Amino acid sequence: MRTFGSLLVRGLIVGLLAGLLAGTFAFVTGEPRIDSAIAIEEANASAHSHDAGSGHHEHAAEEEPLVSRDGQRFGLFLAASLYGVALGGIFAVGFTLLRRRLRTSSDSYAALGLAAAGYVGIVLVPFFKYPPNPPAVGDPDTITQRTVTYLLTLVIGLLAVWAGVAASRWVQRFGDLPWIRLAGGGAALVLTVVVAYLILPKINEVPGTFPATLLWQFRLASLGTQTVLWTLLGIGYAAAIDRRTPVAASSKVVAA
Amino acid sequence: MTAPVSTSSVAVPALSPRLLAFALLTVGLALMLAYLVAFDQGALSRSGMYLHELMHDGRHLLGVPCH
Repeated sequence: MRTFGSLLVRGLIVGLLAGLLAGTFAFVTGEPRIDSAIAIEEANASAHSHDAGSGHHEHAAEEEPLVSRDGQRFGLFLAASLYGVALGGIFAVGFTLLRRRLRTSSDSYAALGLAAAGYVGIVLVPFFKYPPNPPAVGDPDTITQRTVTYLLTLVIGLLAVWAGVAASRWVQRFGDLPWIRLAGGGAALVLTVVVAYLILPKINEVPGTFPATLLWQFRLASLGTQTVLWTLLGIGYAAAIDRRTPVAASSKVVAA
Repeated sequence: MTAPVSTSSVAVPALSPRLLAFALLTVGLALMLAYLVAFDQGALSRSGMYLHELMHDGRHLLGVPCH
């Protein structure tokens, strides 16, 4: 058994490394798209330079930016790392509190299962309702509404995963077969998500002039970044709490 | 119903009020950190828009809505 402190420190370290590597993935795949989007934004801004400034933060070329583009490229790694640390901490707490309720004798499977659940609930469910947008897309005036609805999809995503797990356990009374559990759990999850998607407001703010290919590539880069983060978090945490190595080491010490 | 899995091989400590308190504290701090990365516009960091702009690319690519 590990102490909570030990479980937590492992989560934070794994989260930091996962965040750094996700940041590297984002740097390679996402930065070129952001540069292209900012170029479009600046072209639009200079075309509409007589419009009254809205006062919201802009990337307009004529304004001296608060942080240079190089600074923001560094900031990408900072943001991804800090986000990874935060997720790693929450993941470690989730693992500690939920481990006994997961019906597996393997800590590795428990960690991987939790990461998969977190990925579906926190990444996929919000992604398909409110896909991320590059700079130059999105109306500054709706940022509060978009933030609230995004956070709602995140909570609903976790609820949908919970509903899926609960349903898969409930249908076991009709036959304890893998396909019955999978179908029951999957149906509950999908049903919850579909209902939520229908109720939540539509947000469609992509300008008609914005290149579809660029938007698609940016969204793939964003999805890839979060996929890398969660995959490494799950595999990394499973490896980090594996007790075989320390046990073998200590038994050697005893034998010596 | 399946029998509950034996807990002897499980890596986590038993639940206690003390553990729950530490768990809650950890989640609170982690959420503050996530807020700082994903949503802060100077309200928490007291740095104006500096941190917001610094982590701007990261926020966009991590899927958080922005401007």
